[in-house]
This record gives sequence, structure tokens and C-alpha cells, in this order.
Amino acid sequence: MALFNQSRSFIIRLIFGVVFVIIVLQLFNLQVISGKYRQLAMNNAVFPKVKYPDRGIIYDRKNRAILNNTIMYDLVVTPNEAKKIDTQGLCELLEIDTAEFKRRMLDARFKNGPFRPSIFEDLLPPALHARLDENIYKFPGFALVERPVRVYPYNAAAHIMGYIGEADSGIIKRSKNFYRLGDYVGRNGLEAYYENVLMGQRGVQYMIKDNKNRLVGSYEKGAFDTAAIAGRNLQTYIDIDIQQLAERLLKNKVGAVVAIEPKTGGILAMASGPNYNPNDLTGPEKQKNYGKMALDVAAPLFNRAIKGQYPAGSTYKPIGALVALDEGVITPSFGIGCAGAYHGCTRPVRCTEKFAGHAANLRTAIAWSCNSFFCDVLRRTIDNPDYRNPRGGLTKWKEYMGKFGLGRRLGVDLPSEDGGNMPDTTQYDKEYRGSWNSCTMVTLGIGQDKMTVTPLQMANSMCIIANKGYYYVPHFVRSIEGETKEDTTLKRYRQKHEALTHIPDDVFEVVISGMQDVVNIGTAKAAQLPGINICAKTGTAENKMVLDGRVIQLKDNSMFVAFAPRENPRIAIAVVIQNGGFGAASALPIASLIMEKYLTDSLRAVSVKKAEEIENTNLMPSYLPRMQYKADSTRATEWFKITGDSSYIKKYLRKGASPVMPPMPKPKPKTNITKVNAILLPDDQFLVINHKKQP
Amino acid sequence: MIGILLLLLVFPFHTEVKGTNSIIRLGVIQIQPADICKLFVNLALAKYLSRIETNFSQPRSQLIAAAITLVPALISIAQSETGLALVYFSFFLVMFREGLPPSYLVIGFSLAVLVVATLLVDKNILAIVLTGIAFLSIYLLRRQIKRQRGLLATIVIIWITCVSVQRFAVPFIFTKVLQKHQVERIFNLIGRENPYANQNTVESTEVETEKPKKVDDNYNVKQSKIAIGSGGVLGVGFLKGTQTRFDFVPEQRTDFIFCTIGEGFGFIGSITFLGIYFFLLMRIVMIAERQRSVFSRCYAYGVASVLFFHIAINICMTIGLAPVIGIPLPFISYGGTSLLTFTVMLFIMIRLDADRQMVLR
Repeated sequence: MALFNQSRSFIIRLIFGVVFVIIVLQLFNLQVISGKYRQLAMNNAVFPKVKYPDRGIIYDRKNRAILNNTIMYDLVVTPNEAKKIDTQGLCELLEIDTAEFKRRMLDARFKNGPFRPSIFEDLLPPALHARLDENIYKFPGFALVERPVRVYPYNAAAHIMGYIGEADSGIIKRSKNFYRLGDYVGRNGLEAYYENVLMGQRGVQYMIKDNKNRLVGSYEKGAFDTAAIAGRNLQTYIDIDIQQLAERLLKNKVGAVVAIEPKTGGILAMASGPNYNPNDLTGPEKQKNYGKMALDVAAPLFNRAIKGQYPAGSTYKPIGALVALDEGVITPSFGIGCAGAYHGCTRPVRCTEKFAGHAANLRTAIAWSCNSFFCDVLRRTIDNPDYRNPRGGLTKWKEYMGKFGLGRRLGVDLPSEDGGNMPDTTQYDKEYRGSWNSCTMVTLGIGQDKMTVTPLQMANSMCIIANKGYYYVPHFVRSIEGETKEDTTLKRYRQKHEALTHIPDDVFEVVISGMQDVVNIGTAKAAQLPGINICAKTGTAENKMVLDGRVIQLKDNSMFVAFAPRENPRIAIAVVIQNGGFGAASALPIASLIMEKYLTDSLRAVSVKKAEEIENTNLMPSYLPRMQYKADSTRATEWFKITGDSSYIKKYLRKGASPVMPPMPKPKPKTNITKVNAILLPDDQFLVINHKKQP
Repeated sequence: MIGILLLLLVFPFHTEVKGTNSIIRLGVIQIQPADICKLFVNLALAKYLSRIETNFSQPRSQLIAAAITLVPALISIAQSETGLALVYFSFFLVMFREGLPPSYLVIGFSLAVLVVATLLVDKNILAIVLTGIAFLSIYLLRRQIKRQRGLLATIVIIWITCVSVQRFAVPFIFTKVLQKHQVERIFNLIGRENPYANQNTVESTEVETEKPKKVDDNYNVKQSKIAIGSGGVLGVGFLKGTQTRFDFVPEQRTDFIFCTIGEGFGFIGSITFLGIYFFLLMRIVMIAERQRSVFSRCYAYGVASVLFFHIAINICMTIGLAPVIGIPLPFISYGGTSLLTFTVMLFIMIRLDADRQMVLR
């Protein structure tokens, strides 16, 4: 009966054929046209395991490692294998309770799943590691895994070296995804500045993983693997002995020390107080320590040597003189008669010296730090007839300051340097609505008014004087291991900068002699060292700040700059101690000790004693506890507002919790102060108002 | 003669087997009767169609033939072996060869298109489109309608059927007849949210438990596509596929076995592989056509249809063209019953072919 249905056989074959063609087309689409599946398959099965190289080591000038690598251990757990273990025993070893244990196990499961190891406790302290190492066999599923950690063998140079931390999303974005989550990058100091040198080259090992994300072997027998290349080491100018001494002397003081080798611009030591132990930011406690330091109003994390901005005070005077000499508005024999004040402008500027002839010429004026003389010099510079009006004179002066590296960033090899401030015409225009003259800014001549400098800039200007006109940009790194032409970082540090070109050496000698007289007969007699000619300048700047709505007169900032020996300068130094009193009182002895240590390689017995004495002197400003209390209680209030959690605010609500404000000298009623409503000023931003002269 | 003998054996045996569970355990051996049953149904259908008294153009015999195929299918569904149940629909190809009016195929195809359209297109738009088509055909056929009133009624009836299918039948099937995971699989395939997921309040508790399964299904097909896609033109080499070797593709020894081939041997390998299958099918059809007896021919077509259905659905499923239905790939997938059934089917056919001269009918 079915013979007439013969044609249907063809239709059936056609159906078969059409379906097969559809399948083939889809296969063609999947396997030949679309390339994404291969990539997806790679993502599925191949895990690029990053191999981290050792970071570079940083050496000091005598080849001692200041920043090195060491191995620490993490305790890791593979949740699925860690069953039926002696939980109690492990908890006792780790000193945690079982609830914490359960929480961590859950965390581990959540983070990496039950089949892969996750960190249970990281960076074990050595004692705990030893205890665990003995007992680890009792706890299947737990293992100790090595992790390289940075270590600072001298417990010093925290601000210079900086620290490393995990890359955050901002860093990852900026690096165009070069860094990945969990990578460690230099976050501050040399670690950050020389990141690409110290980092080395990451290696990749391609591993095959299975459907539960366990690594089961190497991919293609490691044909695509690349080896990790260790980071290159850095050779620096730092003398770690000097650095340690500087940090010791800055103990319990707010301030900074910078010592530079004038011939090269290499920084011998740079310390900022208050300080911290760099190892606090590497070990297991680093988060805790960081949090504590970040909330401290004394700001131990703040590098005052490059970020602290201070009025230069009298330490500016030699520079003012040099500018005037270079412009030709004075000669070394220029002199004025001073009887205790400068009367050139409506308001007199006091001078500490009254005896006749102390400002008879440039040399004596520097030696006695005559305010009248340098006010006059500044006015001559600003009113220089060559530029017709004070506007031109000020612009030229600002240009000179730039050549000295003042009022701008010097470009030291540390991140986030500040430039200080040198006022220019726009700044005065804004404040005086365009009507100002050289009298408006007369105190610039004695390093006051709107002028602020960083300790690094002060030290660098000493280098310029010591070198008789030139400097190298201050920097730490002498050389990079295996330096090639591509390492351009150090190029600009090897370039000589001429600050002054019109001054013959014998004129320089006059200024330098004046500075030597400061040590020999003037305010810095205590800085004398047997057999070494030291040239120096002290400085003192008045301080006021607003706290609790009233202006407090603070103790003066103590400043000292110097270089030595005069004939062949090997060290230039700047020391600033906040609220340290006269320049000679607290900054001078610190600078003196450092110079002695560096130049003679040791300290005399009397100096050792002196060093101990300074170390034990506490010059922390008395307002700090009050500021800390306000900062903490404000934060607690904010926290309470956001979360409704009153546990932090409670202790501030108790009676008598607030530290009583120590008695402070009342401000002079005459002084003209703009009221500032801000209660909390960012640390270090003391309102510096109306500085007067000082020797 | 052999056919009659076999058939006598088949009827009691196959009903007997049907009553049991989906998989019988005989000691260490596991047998899936639903699988073997394909063979018996094939024989039964061939026998029925080859009877002299069967006039296949009569609706009555068509119904009986449909019953022979669909009853075991229903029993399979009862054993929750939906995949295998669908295989029985492949016997319609045999019936088509033996004179089933082509209108059945056309109607079936139209229904399929309608169901797919219902799933893909918004229901109101579809209703408007259908109405539009109805009016258009009335307008185009207005002269014939004047002559023949019945045609108008036919168009209206077709229109009512279409709308009711897309309005009521499909939602009914999806909420009441099919199981939750099957619905999910279908919607996964077309890449849409399941609109019926929340309608079924009775099974709402089950929705929660089915959720992970949905993800799994999607995962299966995704991984399978990745595996096949990563094979490229030439493949990564035998036993070198990273996807299949490390179990990224689940069920890869059984239902997703084609991934291994796709990844290992690439496009060229897959084509060769499909070519062999295609050659086999063509060969069976050729054998079928040279049979003198209707029984043998029907049987051979049955073998071809079942094989074809298995191959097409299984491969389509791995490359994301068909919903995931658990049916094995003939001769390749791991599974004893399947391998045995297909082998027996083929050998019976060869035997019949060898005896083709002896049979008169």
C-alpha cells in the first residue's frame, strides 16, 4: 500500500539533512567564528598564579641594610580538610575563643570556598609561630605558609623608607590594572617613590585548576611561565648612625632635622618628631598601630622635614643678603646705624642689639643678626630702581627665591613634599587690594610675614651658601643596582643648579665669615667644636594658635641652620623644634651633636651626656592633650550620630574627663587678631600670626 | 515470520516491563526498561502498520498507531523520564512515511511555531497579530468565502484555536503539566525570565528548592558551550581538553559526551563525527527503502527516526539549541541499556535486511 509514498522518503532524508546542517552551522559559529569561548575556557581552567619577587633592599652609605626582607608565617586553613580537629587546643594556642574560631572558619569558607586554603591568622609573631610549628601536625587542614615581609633592622628612618600596603582600588585604577587586589605596593617614602625599581618583576606560573578551584598541576608543563625577577637594591646617602642619633634627639619633641651633604645634595639624615618605629607598620599589629597613629593629633605619620611649614625667621637673613648682593643693591661694606629698632617704615621693627656699630657692615650685621639691617636690605631689594616699582622688585625677589628652592617643591625623592610659601604680587594684591609697597612686607627681610619654608628647604639653602652658589636637588638615593639608561629617576639629581651667578667667591666669603662669627662670638657659641670651623645661624619665631576660641601665646619655635667645616663643607644641617624656645636653646645642641658625630665619627664624653639629656627632655606642646581630647570626643560624637552607638561617647560624657587646659600666657591685648571659628585646626597648622623679629 | 514471533513475545513482555520503575536493579546490572521499550514499540508499530487489514488512511488506524507510540510515552512520563518519552514522537516520522497525511506534519509544525512564538512574543501583541492574519486571509479569500460559507467558519475556528492555545493552553502546560525544572530549562534556552514562575502558588515552596537547579542547568549549557567553543577548528587534542578533563562540564560521560569530542577534536572532528552519523542514517533509510516487506521497512524507518531524534536533540542540547533533555547520544554515551538497545535495534534491522528476499509481503 505504501508504494505511492516513495517521495516521502526524500522528505524524511531532507528533514535529517536540514537538522544536521543546522547543527553544523551552530558548531561553526561556536568553534570557528566566536573566539570568546577559548578565553572563557582559559579562565575556567587556567589560573595564573602570580609569583612575587623579593623587593629591593635599601642600603645606607656604608652598605648597611636599612630596609630588608624577612620571612614571616601565615596560618592558613582549608576548611573542608579541617574537620574533627582539636578546636579547643588550637584556640588555646592562638589565644582566641571558640566563637572567634567559628567566625574565622566561616570567613574562610566565604572567601575562598571550602576546598581552597584561606588565611586563618596572618603574620604570626615569632613566639606563636614556634608554638604552632611544633603542634601543627595535630591540626589537619591547617598549614603554615611563608610570606615575605619588610623589616627595618635599625628601627629607624620610618619617614624616609615609608611602608608598603595592599593596593587599593584607586591605585589599581591608576596603574591601569597592572596591580591586582592583594598586591603590595609602596605607600609612602622611598618605598613609594622607587616603587618600580624596588618592585622587581612579577612572575606568572600558569596552573591548571579543576571545577572546585583546586590547583592540580602546571599548565603545558610551564611553557608559558615567567620567572619572578627580584627588585633592585638602592644605595643611599643616608648614614644610619646619624639618622638614629637624630631620631633619638627628637624624642618627645615636635620638629624636624635635615642633614645634607652639600657637594652632592645627598641627604645624610632626615628625621621628624614625633616619630614611630617603622616595624610597627609591617608586623601583625600593623592595622592597629596605623589606626592609633593616624588618630594621634601629634601626627607621628606626618613627615615634618618635607611637609612642616615654618617661618624661616633669622635663618633667612644670609639668603636675603646674598640676593641683595647678587642684584647689586648692596656691597659687602654696606652698613647702617642701628640703635635697637628699624624706623624706616611707620611701625618700628625692634632689634635685639643696641650697641653702635653692630650693623656697620654685612659681616657684623649677620654675626649680630641685626633686624634693622636686613629690613633695610629687603626694602632696597624690593625698591630696586632697575625694576621701577616694588611690583617688579617683588617679582624679581620671588624669582630669586625660586632659584634657592624656596617657595616651591624642591623635588626630593619622597612623595608628597610641600613647597612652603614665598609671597608674590598676587598674594599682596589680594590682601591689600593692590595698594602695598616695600614697607608692607618689610618683615620678609627677617624671615617673617607670609614666608614659610620647610626644614628641607632650609638645609638646602645652607648647601647653596656652603657651595658658594650652586646646589644639587636634595635626594636620598645615590645609585640603583644595575642602573640602565631607562632609569631616568636619578638624572635630575645629578644636575647642578646655579642659584647665584653674579657673586664672586670673595663676596661669598664675607657672608660665610659672618655666619662663622655667629658661632665664634654671636648667638651660637654653644655650637663650637674643637678644631672645626662651623658656620651657622640661629632663628626664633613667635607662635600663636587658637584653641577653644581664644588665642594662646605659644613658646617660640627654635631653629638652627649650619654647615661645616667652613673650608670644605661636608654637612649642611637644619633643625626646627616647635615650641623649643630660642634657636640656641633646643635646636642648636641637636644640630651640634649631629655634626660632631658625623664629622668626627664619634661623640666626646661630654656630648654623650648632653645627648642623653636632650633625649630625656620633653618638649611636647602642652596643648596636645586638650587637642587630642577634642578630636577624640568630636569623632565619638560623629560616630554616635551616624550609628547611634554610644559606647565611645560615654567616656567623654563623664565629669572631669576633659584634661584641664594648662595655664598659658595671655596674649598681648594689643595684637590684632582675626577671630577664627574653627575649633580644630589640622595638625601643625598653627595659626601663625604677627611674627615679630628675633635673633 | 520473525516479526510475528517477536511481536507475540513483545506485547506481554513490554506491558509487563512498563509497570515497573524507571530503572530496574538486577544485582549489579541496572536496566532502564524505558530505553529497551523503544525497541519493542518500534517492532509493535511496524507489525501493526504491516498488517494487511490496516488501512492507514483511516483515522481509526491512525489513532491506534498513535496509541501504540504514545501510551509507552505516557508511562515514561509517569516514571519521570520525560526525555525518553519525547523520543516516541520520532515514530511519527515512520507513520508519515507510511501515509500519514502531511497536514499532520504541517499542523504539528504550526503548533510548534505558535508555542515558541507565545514564549518569545508578548501575548497581547501575538493576539493582535493572529487576529490581523485572520482578517487578512478573510479579505484575500473573500470571493471563495462568498461561494463557500464553510471556509469562513474554518478560518474563524483556526483563529479561535490559535488564540486559545497561546492564551490558555501554553500557560496551562507550563504551570500544570511540565515540571518546574523543565520549564526553567526551556526559558534558560531562550534566555528569558520564566513568566510562569510565580503563578503557581501551590508549588511556590518548591520554587525555592528549584532555584539552585536552575542555575545548574544554565551552568551545564554554558560550560558545555565553552568546552565545545574552546575546541576551535582543530581541537586541543585527544584527552587534553582542560574543560572536560577537570569536570567543568557536568554529566560529561553521559548526556554531555559531545563536549569531549567538540573540545578534543574541534570543528573538523565534530563534522567528521556528524558525517559518520549522517552516513549511518542515510544508510538505514536506504536499507529501509529496499525492503519488500512493509514490516521491515517500517522497522528500519523506526530505527532511523529514533537514532536521528537522539542525535539531534542530544547535540542540540550541548550546543545550546535545544532545552536540556536527558537523552543519551547513541553508541557514545556511557550507559549500558542505551548501548544495548541501539545495538539490538541495528542488528535486528540487519537481520531483516538479510532476509529481505524471503519475505513476500
